[in-house]
Amino acid sequence: MVSKNPKIVAFCCEESGMPAYEHAVSLGLDLPDGLKVVALPCGGKAETGYLMKALDEGADAVMVFACYEGNCKYVRGNIRAEKRVNYLRERLEKIGLSPEKIVFCPVAPASGQRFAELVQREVDTLLGA
Amino acid sequence: MIIAEQKPIEEILEMLAPHKKILLAGCGACVTVCQAGGEKEVGVLASQIRVARQEAGNPIEIIETTLTRQCEPEFMDEAKDLMNDVEAVLSIACGIGVQLMAQTFYDKPAYPGLNTSFLGFPEEHGVFTERCAACGNCVLHLTGGICPIARCSKSLLNGPCGGSQDGKCEISKDVDCAWQLIYDRLKALGKLENLAEIIPPKKWITSRDGGPRKIVREDLRI
Ligand code: SF4
Ligand code: SF4
Repeated sequence: MVSKNPKIVAFCCEESGMPAYEHAVSLGLDLPDGLKVVALPCGGKAETGYLMKALDEGADAVMVFACYEGNCKYVRGNIRAEKRVNYLRERLEKIGLSPEKIVFCPVAPASGQRFAELVQREVDTLLGA
Repeated sequence: MIIAEQKPIEEILEMLAPHKKILLAGCGACVTVCQAGGEKEVGVLASQIRVARQEAGNPIEIIETTLTRQCEPEFMDEAKDLMNDVEAVLSIACGIGVQLMAQTFYDKPAYPGLNTSFLGFPEEHGVFTERCAACGNCVLHLTGGICPIARCSKSLLNGPCGGSQDGKCEISKDVDCAWQLIYDRLKALGKLENLAEIIPPKKWITSRDGGPRKIVREDLRI
């Protein structure tokens, strides 16, 4: 059962997701209280173990914010992150959970607006809005 | 090395249905390298099982560990104390590891979390292919270092069948014809004359057909 203030863990690449998050904060955009941000040096560091563990330890959803295709500083970290997210989404479905509990979100560094919108969209999805 | 892949999670959950507390044991050898049963996979699988059971309103406690190797009795000690505390073990080692767990901790069920698939190696990251069928009587010296038993779909020993086309096996255009590979390698080695040597019908008794196999080395026994 998801509470009214869902717990969301956002794994953020330091090249895109983190600056986007900081941009959202600097713009004073609304971010849910239950949002926990974890900085990663690259989307490619979003290991399956971290993502699954976050759900295991009580997160309602996990979001991975990384660079758009072609923009990864380490060339393929974002692509690998997306593949891992898709792999875990399948694993969630197999145990009868919504794959929307783990999502991959490409963002640009200066896109605080998009960051906040994506988080809000995830909250809405979780609450079935 | 031994290549394995995880069993479908539905099957694993069904095996664990009667239990409330288990040990999930990985292995630090082959299955770590093929990323089916190492420490990382222990973590992901344990989390997935816990989340599934929590969701079903029937939580399970899982102790996570990864033994140095599960295929040698010496390393079973690493699980000894942990086994005292659990009802069963889910092993994500190969079938050898699961059996050694079962034999060592005789009074507790040992469940297999993997399907042990074949002997092979990673051709590239994430792609594993079969190389040896452990036939017990190796012929690689005659076949240019390419195994006709494991890599030819029909395990032919004296050249290709009629289905070999453009270097591919008739079963799939994604499968190389082993005999094409053998021919190419022997040619590169200047050893095409090997092909004229008839390999006699194989004595499969050294393979599985002879029943469970055993090697005894008196020089090593204590
Ligand atoms: S000939 Fe037999 S032992 Fe040699 S690689 Fe092939 S299956 Fe393995
Ligand atoms: S096509 Fe080649 S690999 Fe396939 S069965 Fe025939 S000889 Fe064996």
